[in-house]
Amino acid sequence: MIIFNYLIFPGLLFSAVIGLFAGWADRKISARLQWRVGPPWHQNFTDVVKLLHKEAIIPQAAGVMFLAAPFIGLMGLALADMLLGNSIISPLKSFNGDLILILYLLIMPALALMLGASASANPLASVGASREMKLAMAYELPFILSAIVVITKCGSIEIGSILSHQVIFGSNAASLSGCLAFIAALICTQAKLGLAPFEISEAEQEIMAGVLIEYSGWALAVFKLVKAMLVYTMPVFLIVLFFGKDTTPLFMSAKFAAIFTVFILIKNTNPRLRIDQAMRFFWGPVTTVALIAVVLALLGK
Amino acid sequence: MDLKTKALIKSIWVFHVSAGSCNNCDIEILDCFTPKFDIERFGIQLVGSVRHADALLITGAMNRKSVPRMKKIYEQAPKPCIVIAVGQCALSRHMFRFSYNVRDSLDAILPVDLYIPGCPPKPQALIAGIVKLVTKLRETKR
Repeated sequence: MIIFNYLIFPGLLFSAVIGLFAGWADRKISARLQWRVGPPWHQNFTDVVKLLHKEAIIPQAAGVMFLAAPFIGLMGLALADMLLGNSIISPLKSFNGDLILILYLLIMPALALMLGASASANPLASVGASREMKLAMAYELPFILSAIVVITKCGSIEIGSILSHQVIFGSNAASLSGCLAFIAALICTQAKLGLAPFEISEAEQEIMAGVLIEYSGWALAVFKLVKAMLVYTMPVFLIVLFFGKDTTPLFMSAKFAAIFTVFILIKNTNPRLRIDQAMRFFWGPVTTVALIAVVLALLGK
Repeated sequence: MDLKTKALIKSIWVFHVSAGSCNNCDIEILDCFTPKFDIERFGIQLVGSVRHADALLITGAMNRKSVPRMKKIYEQAPKPCIVIAVGQCALSRHMFRFSYNVRDSLDAILPVDLYIPGCPPKPQALIAGIVKLVTKLRETKR
């Protein structure tokens, strides 16, 4: 049962399929916003299948981590998906402290990117890795602060009881502190997903795909899957933390679509920031908003 | 047609190499991604790294400086890799035919799969070339 959960239903396969669809929706909506037609619905699946059939080149100077890194990200995210999905389906299945565990597991993709890029022995990849590292340090602080708001409001670090608390007392985002924390978490998630204003680590025009520059073939396909799964996981995590009142499949997918559309709109209306601007942004305004939210939550607002 | 070819012709990722062109062909290539032509609807994308590429789009006459670099880039690309020569210079050296530093045309250096003539080729010509390429890939069943 655990293996089925991990590999098929709330875990690996399910999240990858939903994530690839969401990635297609991102490309299609972006295309429509620019008055283009956009790719067909199977585009992201086709990309992955094609990459799986291509030659995978391993640089001579690359370490073992070069091939291990994509799988570290994949396994970590699949585990996070399984825990999240199981807690949504039956809140009793979650255990004390799984919120903390998921917060750690959600850092895994960024960590995998850094490890893989550092192991690939490419100067541009190392620039990308250092940017990814700085960005992760920048967004993790406000992200964890906004998770602390939820912990304070629900008085628990267990996803199941956070969900049942919201079923009884209403969604966290309905209160002032929850709303502020949600805004901060939304912006952090944009950076976690590596979408437009914060796609600093793989700036295509600037450092030529940065962290992913040396990856080809199936290794690149695995990284594409990791990105797709992240696109599924992060909005679901935000829904669980802030909009957990109604978690029937219909409401879940409506909330998912709404949050994901916000990401796409932010992505299409903002130019890329420099890494120093991004760090100043996250440690300045975003952290301030998250701190205010923590204080308000402690006051019970 | 097997899955491999089917997936390849639906998602050709292009790496754009300029071997010293006058920039006209490069502008026309970028035009293909604008709203009017939009070749992303066929799954074609410009990628930043050669390692992600399925096709090399080469513009410009091959001068002595760019020949070794071009060979290196071709070696760096994962196979199967399609080579597309864009513009008259890449095809036949055009006005640099008798120049002292342009010795060979592109097909003497790399195995070229598709030639798109024009100085510069219009976006319509580029799209027509891509259609020819897709038909060729369908037939060769590689």
